[in-house]
Amino acid sequence: MENLVQLAMQNVNFAAIMPSLVLCCFGMAILLINVFMPRGKTTSASLISIIALLVTAVVSLQGWNNPQFGFAGHVALDNFATFFNMTFLLAAGLTILMSDDYLRREGYPIGEYYPLILFSTAGAMWMASGTDLMTIFLGLEVLSISLYILAGMFRHQLQSNEAGLKYFLLGAFSTGFLLYGIALLYGVAGTTNVADIGLYLSAHPAMIGNPMTVAGMLLMSIGFLFKIAAAPFHMWTPDVYQGAPTPVTAFMSAGPKAAAFAALMRIFILGLAGLQSEWTSLLWGLAILTMIIGNVTAIYQTNLKRMLAYSSIAHAGYALVGLVAANAVGVSGILFYMLAYTFMNLGAFAVLVLAGKKGEENLTLEGFSGFGFKRPFLGVAMTIFLLSLMGIPPTAGFAGKFYIFAGAIKSGYIWLAIIGVLNSAVSLYYYLRVIVYMYFKDPQEDYSWVSMHTGAVVSIVIAIVGVLYLGIIPGKIMEMAKLAIF
Amino acid sequence: MHDYSLIWLIPFFPLVGFIVNGLLGKKIGNEKVIGAIGTLAIAASFVVSCKMFFQLLGDVEKTHEVILFSWMSVGQLQIDWGFLLDPLSALMIMVVTGVGSLIHLYSNGYMHGEEGFYRYFAYLNLFCFSMLMLVLGNNALVMFVGWEGVGLCSYLLIGYYFEKKSAGDAAKKAFVVNRVGDFGFLIGLFTLFWALGEHGVWTFQFTKIAENAHLLPAGGVVVTVATLCFFLGATGKSAQIPLYTWLPDAMEGPTPVSALIHAATMVTAGVYMIGRMNGLFSMAPDTMMVIAIVGAATAIFAASIGLAQNDIKRVLAYSTVSQLGYMFLAMGVGAFSAGIFHLMTHAFFKACLFLGSGSVIHAMHHAYHKAHLHDDPQDMRNMGGLAKKMPITFITFFISTLAISGIPGLSGFFSKDEILWWAFSSTRGGWILWLIGFIAAGMTAFYMFRLVFMTFFGKQKTDARAKDHVHESPLVITIPLMVLGLLALVGGWVGIPAALGGANRFEHFLAPVFEHAQETYGIHSQHSLHAFEFPLMGCSIGIALVGIFLAWIMYVKNPELPGRLVARFRWLHTAIFNKWFVDELYDGLFVNATKRLGRYFWKGFDVPVIDGIVNGVGWLVQGSSRVLRFIQNGQIHSYAMTMVLGMVVIVAVYVFK
Repeated sequence: MENLVQLAMQNVNFAAIMPSLVLCCFGMAILLINVFMPRGKTTSASLISIIALLVTAVVSLQGWNNPQFGFAGHVALDNFATFFNMTFLLAAGLTILMSDDYLRREGYPIGEYYPLILFSTAGAMWMASGTDLMTIFLGLEVLSISLYILAGMFRHQLQSNEAGLKYFLLGAFSTGFLLYGIALLYGVAGTTNVADIGLYLSAHPAMIGNPMTVAGMLLMSIGFLFKIAAAPFHMWTPDVYQGAPTPVTAFMSAGPKAAAFAALMRIFILGLAGLQSEWTSLLWGLAILTMIIGNVTAIYQTNLKRMLAYSSIAHAGYALVGLVAANAVGVSGILFYMLAYTFMNLGAFAVLVLAGKKGEENLTLEGFSGFGFKRPFLGVAMTIFLLSLMGIPPTAGFAGKFYIFAGAIKSGYIWLAIIGVLNSAVSLYYYLRVIVYMYFKDPQEDYSWVSMHTGAVVSIVIAIVGVLYLGIIPGKIMEMAKLAIF
Repeated sequence: MHDYSLIWLIPFFPLVGFIVNGLLGKKIGNEKVIGAIGTLAIAASFVVSCKMFFQLLGDVEKTHEVILFSWMSVGQLQIDWGFLLDPLSALMIMVVTGVGSLIHLYSNGYMHGEEGFYRYFAYLNLFCFSMLMLVLGNNALVMFVGWEGVGLCSYLLIGYYFEKKSAGDAAKKAFVVNRVGDFGFLIGLFTLFWALGEHGVWTFQFTKIAENAHLLPAGGVVVTVATLCFFLGATGKSAQIPLYTWLPDAMEGPTPVSALIHAATMVTAGVYMIGRMNGLFSMAPDTMMVIAIVGAATAIFAASIGLAQNDIKRVLAYSTVSQLGYMFLAMGVGAFSAGIFHLMTHAFFKACLFLGSGSVIHAMHHAYHKAHLHDDPQDMRNMGGLAKKMPITFITFFISTLAISGIPGLSGFFSKDEILWWAFSSTRGGWILWLIGFIAAGMTAFYMFRLVFMTFFGKQKTDARAKDHVHESPLVITIPLMVLGLLALVGGWVGIPAALGGANRFEHFLAPVFEHAQETYGIHSQHSLHAFEFPLMGCSIGIALVGIFLAWIMYVKNPELPGRLVARFRWLHTAIFNKWFVDELYDGLFVNATKRLGRYFWKGFDVPVIDGIVNGVGWLVQGSSRVLRFIQNGQIHSYAMTMVLGMVVIVAVYVFK
């Protein structure tokens, strides 16, 4: 018995899981604190959550250029995981900053909200640092279950309930595919360790063409593509994004998407490198489909949350282009793009959070008439974020698209890059339309209900700085992204 | 061991000044605070520049690169935000921040009470930032950022009085003409980039370009084309033939702007750029010849126009074009350090002249305002006899006029004489170039003294009601004048040539930058001609005196003489007075032709073809968007069905592939 414990402890390396450990401990502590807090007082919880994220960031950065492995090859805190961790933490931080006043305005000052965000962030971190399919699956579930609750958190709002339920049912459905895929791959390789699967496939080239391997790859991909919101597994996105509380939508659009990309990249590049020609042709088609569906459908949307949902689908398509390229520029481009997207999309959502009335009926194009003149700071901020989403220099969105499309061209996918750029051109229409409404329509209202809450304003300022920094001086972060890939 | 890592502070201070005044200026409102922020910002960078300059002076190693951070890296190409400090850029930052500080100080007085005071200082700071990036950038892209930045600020400041149509037009003209030049610059840059890339060197960095330039064949097509394109860029920014026409119009901006941007700094960017890439230019003798010819032609052509203008600022504007021509002449004959020397002395005396003219205009404007008159305060025919009314302005202006005319002992004499000597004796020069420069020097002396005599001497021709309201300007305006006047007097003493017993410390200081190319490609003044050095110097002093004497006869001794001469040579005067009708020629050749072409494309191509395609695509996309919306019906089982169908299709594709 003692021997067994010793054997187990040999593989324990707490440094490898320290970031998520810290985050979870903080989350549980906040849960306990909430018990003793009067109902409706959530500010302290949000502040502690911010501290939690900062501490976790410091802990996670210990892994930069100092990779930690542990738990029998289940977890790795390497540069790749650290880079993604920073993206998750940033997404969570911006979300929490914009949440406190929003929750009070909407009448749901629920203390459990913050731990749930922290737990789902921890889940995302496991997905990025998991080196075993089981760890990744575990992370995905922790992430998803927290999000199901968050999406449906406004109990008395039908839309929110609908969002939570739809997300849960379809999420469970897609998880089925994912597990089935994992099972098939286990059947082929006899292991769930990503690196070992890769070793097995390179040692047994015959198995690469085996239908079971290909089917395993396909089914597993579907699980992740669902989270990424890639077509045709994107159908849940608009309904859930529109119905969920706005900060939750903001978080969903950045954090889980990045986490799914992280898992997909690690599995494809390390584990399934042998099947590269298979998965590139799959992703090639899906990238095009995703970009087109996202952009074309966005054109007809008048609700801004829904419009941003389709835009988020389109951006998943752009990022997939980088994975198709599968070279250093494209893959590190995805890392860069996810960070850039976190800044610009969360910034845009933060503006929506401030601009909305209770119930958010007014977050439509019409509702933004003349907004830019009545609320100059928010107008300029929104304009910057939209320009970045379009991919106009000197913003982060431009630099991100540049790297990804450059990667595609370098690998010979010139048509893919052209289709991507054409899609960007289509997207100008619906992004610019918001700016047109903000600046070229006469204001219908005086927007007096908009109050500049500190938290949301801070998150907007951080997002502006990030968008411009990544846009003007992308070199530094791109260097880091290049160090972060395998 | 010397440390240059703080060099980024030099452009940083004006940038901060720009941001503070640009964002908060309207809220601050108080002119004193705004002016202090703007002036202190550039003064602070002057202090840092001084430290860097003197540090470099005492350093054995003369070339230093400071990389601030990586800008972008694509493949093997690595582009940084980096600074290059060598004698050339050190000199330039001294001129830019030094003259810049004085002009900022002066602006506090000159712009007093103007609407948009904060806007003015914000733009001026932004200009200084861009100019400093231009001269400090260690690669051509950072230089280009500065290059475009100064163009933008020039546009904004020329159009400062944008409610005046002429000012708006002038700003547009400057911008468009400069664009033509920038186009050349970019083509040159990419030609060079690809040409070096062919040899495996992918870089925009100046030091690397210089190191690897030998990979390209000297005198070959590539080098010649690239340098010619660069030179086209220079003609735009530095107002040379054929792109000089914007500079005289640029006088619509406030006078301190004319002094800083359109005389002392920005317009010399082209000269600096050639100096920065002297190695490359030395490899292309054909380009150098073009530069020398264009420079000489511009020098004499602009000087001839200056002979007959009546607007005080326009005379100075043409004089600037002409003096820039001298600098290009110098660059063209390989006298790089002489060109930069003239750049520096010209910055002193021309800034002083412009600021002096500003002081006069300020006083005239003030007097007319008091007397409720609407006469033109810039027309020299309304001036005269101002020497007594404005003694400080007069003395400083007079010193600078002596300097630009090439009177021995003053700064302009040494630099201009050095250029003329090289034009005559250089292996890439020739006596014709010298002759043109020589005649232009005579014209310079004439039109400058014509200006001085009409403005400061003789009887005051100002309207009697305004006469007594003309006063000397306040100290904040005269202090910069005195400093610049002093520099115009002594600024040339650092470059007294060996022939006159001097040490020419200036040339030695710049030698590390230029010597290598000059030695490699055999550019030097020919020994066999050295006997001519003193006689030629005598000639140029002589022609300056002749010019002054003629001006004296025509505008002091016999004031009715010019009128008679104009009547006699009416056709010549009309041509000169109307600037040789070049603007009209350009209008006819380019502007109207472009307009017609544009109209043709608009009506004949854009409306039916392009709009048709765009609207068609838009209609298609909207249509498909409408269809796609129906699939999204909100029913969860149909969503699940879509997923399953999607999976089935994907698997089917793999099975039947």
